[in-house]
Amino acid sequence: MNRYMWIIVALSISPLSAIALSPEEKGLEIAKEMNRRDDGFGDFTATLEMTLKNKQGEESVRVVRNRTLEVPEDGDKSLIIFENPKVVKGTAFLSFTHKVENDDQWLFLPALKRVKRISSSNKSGSFMGSEFAYEDITSQEVEKYSYRWLRDEDYEGKPAYVVELDPVDPKSGYTRQLVWYDQKEYIPLKVDYYDRKNDLLKTLRYEGYRQYAEKHWRADRMTMINHQTGKETLLNWKEYRFKTGLSDSDFNKNSLKRAR
Amino acid sequence: MSLCFVATAKGQEWSGYVGVEGRLFFKNPLYPGQREQQASVVGQPEFFRQWEGHSLTFVPFFRLDSADAQRSHFDIRELYVLWFPESFELGIGVRKIFWGVTESQHLLDIINQTDLVELPDGEEKLGQPMVNLSVLRDWGTVDLFLLPYFRERSFPGRKGRLRGALVVDTDQARFESGAENHHLDLAVRYSRTIENWDFALSHFQGTGREPTLLPGTSAGGDAVLIPFYEQIGQSGLALQSVFEAWLLKLELIHRIGQGPSFEAWTSGLEYTYSAILGTKADIGLIAEWLHDTRNEKATTPFEDDIMFGLRLALNDMAGTEFLFGFIQDLDQAARVFSIEANRRFGDRWKIEAEGSIFASQSQRELLYAQRDDDFLQVSLAYYF
Repeated sequence: MNRYMWIIVALSISPLSAIALSPEEKGLEIAKEMNRRDDGFGDFTATLEMTLKNKQGEESVRVVRNRTLEVPEDGDKSLIIFENPKVVKGTAFLSFTHKVENDDQWLFLPALKRVKRISSSNKSGSFMGSEFAYEDITSQEVEKYSYRWLRDEDYEGKPAYVVELDPVDPKSGYTRQLVWYDQKEYIPLKVDYYDRKNDLLKTLRYEGYRQYAEKHWRADRMTMINHQTGKETLLNWKEYRFKTGLSDSDFNKNSLKRAR
Repeated sequence: MSLCFVATAKGQEWSGYVGVEGRLFFKNPLYPGQREQQASVVGQPEFFRQWEGHSLTFVPFFRLDSADAQRSHFDIRELYVLWFPESFELGIGVRKIFWGVTESQHLLDIINQTDLVELPDGEEKLGQPMVNLSVLRDWGTVDLFLLPYFRERSFPGRKGRLRGALVVDTDQARFESGAENHHLDLAVRYSRTIENWDFALSHFQGTGREPTLLPGTSAGGDAVLIPFYEQIGQSGLALQSVFEAWLLKLELIHRIGQGPSFEAWTSGLEYTYSAILGTKADIGLIAEWLHDTRNEKATTPFEDDIMFGLRLALNDMAGTEFLFGFIQDLDQAARVFSIEANRRFGDRWKIEAEGSIFASQSQRELLYAQRDDDFLQVSLAYYF
């Protein structure tokens, strides 16, 4: 075999080739491709309006501002600043997510001016009393799950990959997640979360995708329904801005204390 | 580079709260002159304005109290300008700085004076004039403080509860330094995060925030206590680490200049169970050991005590939270029970309850003087 033949062989086993992959390999390739396509976003800021609804239809609205910095080779850094309810205005949350190890998290309590390190092992804990758990909102690193492609099917008229994600961390609140990915853009359209007893717990739907900086797709609306309690949380993302010039110095304990 | 973002954040705003508070004491007052119950009105507006790379903060505070003239007071909690280019931060004006990691007491927290009339737990602070330079490097953060003006501690007056048998006569305060409250105090702190460890080394040199109370006589001829503020040096270490759901905490101080030198520490653990019993509620369990090497000569009630706490956050729409605390003296029967609870009504109203029971205090205990001051206070505040 001459050297050109070797190149052809090497190319043919490269990830995106048509050669038959096992369902596990195919699932992993989809996750990696999704990650690759969103690479290089640099940073973004956005305002998040979160509406909590209970079974009786009562509503409560929270507003937070979010700043996120992409960290190559590691998880993202993010700063969340509470705007509403007014009672907790000024509270801020800093997190450094990591691919495998536990995330680092600090909370700023404005009344005492206190920065408190908090444990991040509460992955399954509720984020701000919503139906979103911490593990649903922190950055989705490829390494956090093992993957298995199940099938291709249409989701709301669009061809989708259906992939099963098994959380690597035993402290995750889920046994598995089923994710429907858009085949063209490699973006999630729907997630079914199965609890530790493998019963369907929640469903998340993404709507109103828009492309930012000619590359990065973000959904305007995310709806999480808890099938077991009938409660619902709607996330409305507003004022997305990419590449705003944020840097490491905007994500430390000093910037947490002065965050507005 | 961060400046371009900051410029887009909104320019200026007023926020803050106003509220009412009622304090209920379960037993009759022990000392002549003390009022039985107490009610007050409180407010703390906040003005904030931000430009490119700097900001202005103004936070006045007031309380009008029905019983205690000393508790009716006005203070500027914050009034400062902050510059924050990338590698350092410079704050000039009146600010509030918190140092510490533990829950039961705050030994390290020395920059601001305690506003003791607000709450007996000492968590409320008076604004402190300062120049604070914070230098941020890869190897950690160094904070330098110049503190040109000293604030005296507030104490409950004759009609107020939660005090000793003798009133503290703040008008006669004495200072070791001839410069009195104009002595220039200095502080430096080095802090760093390495993986799951946060630590800080600090040193404070200047007017001690905690006065020694000396026997004296008031202008009217009554026996009173006179606060005496020594020049002290206080070195401190704060350590905190996270292991899964466990937090490990240590605050250690070494103080010279206030009697013989001594050490004091608070060390403890906090464990959080989240999503208990399939609900959204979180439970935190706290245990801390409080020790002061002066033993019974200590000027705090917690010379050798253990604290157990239980924090319950329901994570419901109203953000309901409870904190139960129990501090037991390891050498005496004395103990203190405390409770804090709060919840929201809608976005703008918060109701809060806080109370303490001082149990089995023997005559040798500092809190013996407050043995009949078990109380529960309830406050309702509107946030704007």
